[in-house]
Parts: sequence; C-alpha cells; structure tokens
Amino acid sequence: MLEVKNLHVHYGGIHALKGINFSVPEKKIITLIGANGAGKSTTLRTICGLVDKSDGKIFYKDKDISDFETRERTLDGLVMVPEGRRIFPNLSVYENLQLGAFKRNNQKEIKSDLNWVYELFPRLKERLTQKAGTLSGGEQQMLAVGRALMSRPELLLMDEPSLGLAPLLVKEIFEIIEEINEQGTTILLIEQNAYAALNIADYAYVMETGMISLEGEGKELLKKDEVIKAYLGA
Amino acid sequence: MDIFLQNLANGLSLGSLYALIAIGYTMVYGILRLINFAHGEIFMLGAYFLYYGVLIFNLPWWLSFIVAVILTAIAGMLTERFAYRPLRKAPRISILISAIGVSFFLQNAGIVVFSGVPKSFHRPAIFDHMFIFGNIRISSITFASIVISLIFLMGLLFIVYRTKTGLAMRAISTDIETARLMAVNVDQTISITFAIGSALAAVGGILWALKYPQIFPLMGMIPGLKAFIAAVLGGIGNIFGAMIGGFILGMAEILLVGFMPQLSGYRDAFAFLILIIILLFKPDGLMGKNVQEKV
Repeated sequence: MLEVKNLHVHYGGIHALKGINFSVPEKKIITLIGANGAGKSTTLRTICGLVDKSDGKIFYKDKDISDFETRERTLDGLVMVPEGRRIFPNLSVYENLQLGAFKRNNQKEIKSDLNWVYELFPRLKERLTQKAGTLSGGEQQMLAVGRALMSRPELLLMDEPSLGLAPLLVKEIFEIIEEINEQGTTILLIEQNAYAALNIADYAYVMETGMISLEGEGKELLKKDEVIKAYLGA
Repeated sequence: MDIFLQNLANGLSLGSLYALIAIGYTMVYGILRLINFAHGEIFMLGAYFLYYGVLIFNLPWWLSFIVAVILTAIAGMLTERFAYRPLRKAPRISILISAIGVSFFLQNAGIVVFSGVPKSFHRPAIFDHMFIFGNIRISSITFASIVISLIFLMGLLFIVYRTKTGLAMRAISTDIETARLMAVNVDQTISITFAIGSALAAVGGILWALKYPQIFPLMGMIPGLKAFIAAVLGGIGNIFGAMIGGFILGMAEILLVGFMPQLSGYRDAFAFLILIIILLFKPDGLMGKNVQEKV
C-alpha cells in the first residue's frame, strides 16, 4: 500500500533521513521503533507532506505521491494522528470530530462513523460539547484517534499514540489500534514503547540516526538481543 | 440624562463602524498572525466603489451598495493572493512589510485614479431624516449605521460559528498544520477570510462616507488605525473582542468630545493613548488569552 524508497530529508544542514526504504502492505500493522531523534517522526511527517523530502520517492496505492500536497494525500485516505495529539483545544469535542470528517459530505456515513467512534470511545460521547482543551491527556489521545477515524483512513499513520499515558490507557489504546486494523485499516505506527508496538505489529523496522538498522516480524524482533538491550531495557 | 443618551447613540454609531473595520484586522491576524496595514485602504475602496456606482453608472443605491461590497471583497482577496500568499513561508516581518507596501500603493493609486481632491458624497435623502425623542436627536444615518452593522456582525458570527467554512477558519487559526491534515483547503479558507473582512470594511467605509460625506484617497488611514486599536483593545485575534473594542473606543471618543469639548481636538490622540495603556497593562486585550476563540 505504501512504498518508501531511498528517502532523504534535510533540515538545513542536518541530514535527518539518510535514504530509508520500507514498505507497508495492505491491512497490516507496521511499526517503526527507535530512540529519540532517530527520524521516526520526520519519516511520518514526510509521508504526509508536512516536511519536504530532499530525495527519494513515496508510492501510495501504486502512485508516486512525493510531490502531492498534504491535503491531496489526506483526501486519498492517507491520514495521520500527529505527535502530541494536536487536537484543537478551543473547539468542542464534537467540532474536532467534525473536522476529521471535513473532506466528506455524505451526512449519513458521517453519522454512522460518529457512532462507531462513540462505541470505541464512550467517554468522548459524554463530553461532546466540552472544549477539547479541557479533556485529560488520555481523552485527548482518544479524540485525536477518533478524529482521524472520522476521515475514513485507508492508511492510518500514528505518531506515538501512547506518549504520556498511564499504563492502563496505553493498553487500551493498543487494543483499539488492533481493533481499527481488524476493521480493515492499514496502520503505520511509530512508538517508543517498543514492547507494546512489537507485540501487535506484523512487521517492524528499527531506526537509528536516520537509517533503518534492523527489520523483521514484530514478535521475532522482541527476541533479538540488540532490540532487547537498546529498547526493552533488559 | 438626555445628554448621556444622546452621546450613547452617537457612540454606538461610531463604535459600530470601528467594530466592522476591526473585524477584518482581527480575523486576518487570527489566521495569518499578520497585521494587515492595507485594511484601511480597503475601507477607502468600499466608499469609492459606491460613489462611482451611483454617480457614473447611475445604479440605484441599494444595488450600488451590493456591488461595492462585492468589489471590495474581491479587492481584499486580490491583495492576499498577490501580496501575501507568495510570502506564506517567508519570515513574518516580510509579509508585514508587504502589507505596508500594499497600503502605500493603494493610497497613491487612489490619488492617481480617483484624484487627491476630496469628493463630496451625496447621501440619499432618507439618511438626512432626524428622529426626535424629547431632547435627543438621532439622525437616520446614526440609526442606520447601528442597525446595518449589527446585521452584518450577526451574519459574520453565523458564518464563523455555524458553517463548515467557519469551522475551517477556527481550525486554521489554532493550528494551521493540523488543519491541513484534516484536508482543510487552507488557501481557499484564507481567501474567504480576506473576502469577509474586506466586505465588512466596505460596509464600514460606505456608512462612514454617509456619515461624514466626504471621501478622499487617504480617508482610510485614521479610521483604519483606530479600528486596529479597537482590535488590540478587545484582544487581537478574537472576534467578540474586536466588536466590543470597537464599541468601547467609539463610545470613549464620543464621551470625551461630549463632556470635555475643549479636548475634542485630541480625540485621535486619545485613541492612541488608549492603545498605549492597553499595551502597557493588558497586552492581550480585554478578552485576553483564556477565552481565545481566534479567527
């Protein structure tokens, strides 16, 4: 579904991505793990078109989308849950969800998706008229995921959805990621919580300083010494 | 009491004009973090478009009003398209300088095209009528400017809080990057924002010219600056703030002139004094950061 080929990104003089290659097959959960500053977020942001690449190509549904605008990519079902949630704090929970569905016009479908989101996150339904900025961190993360679902993603990019959440909520968020995947959405997940991410991933890539240093099936990587030492802290 | 009510009516009338113009500053600031210094000139264009519509093209007043508002909205969109959009990724100071450039350009283009000689604006007889309530005399233009302004301000609130475009504006003003991720058409929304702000400035310019029936190419400078003060006073970026700031400033000016006529020559200076005081003691404006709902 997604093919990243020899992707390079520079921030001024800093060479943030040094030619990475990976692919995300349809209906799978793929994860990128790695330490801070390895280039994970940059990779996602480049796939969404928020950061300009300096070289390489990105193919989505067999189309070269490297030069498409963010909006065109979102319209085509490539949707991101950004790092740090980035909900609109001064808009209500309901308005945030409406923004997720901004590109859509079929009110009936929007309504049925809203009901699905309420089912996944009953707490959002209780707080529809509340300003999103007044939600707790966990609720904000749920809103960010719910908002992304409202745009009917085909490929959902998630940037550190477990960041700053209590362990119980982390578990809940990962269960929901699996559930979204079971409904047919392909997922590319970035995580520092390597253990949780590798557990649900079909395939995983380990990033280090702008390069992919290791790859393999999620549960295989969990057993590898390098991964255990570097990311699982054993 | 009569004197107070008389001043109240005059203050509301002037304040409603400031409010109309201030909206344009505040909406553009909310979205682009730009003080659009050319906004006063957009206001001037509104008055001239109406003048020519009536005088040269012999359009009826109401039609001329509609045409002038539409043309001014287009003028606002064009300034954004050609003077600001190419600088969207440039440092913020560049776009500010560009705004000052557009302001000078429009002023001088106005002098060349419309001539620098002030033109007298013949207002229709309906606006010369005086309503007399006891000792209070309210001219129909005073009354009309309050009513027309309120209608347009309500229309604006409807657009901003009840439509999809308004939702897009509010999203962009909080977080432009995430708005892009929601597939919001950012360029188009910014364009619409300029159109709305400019249309309101045109309404303000026309009412202003009906009230003070003389128009000239530099007429936008002082009202423009004052409306900017009103926007800062209310908390720039905040629509309600701009409205309230406009009314407060109009009222303050009229009360100053009404109760201390010997100081009436200082009414412009007084407005700037308010600006200085606000910037010193409450730079976020009256509707400060906490209730921020920027557009």
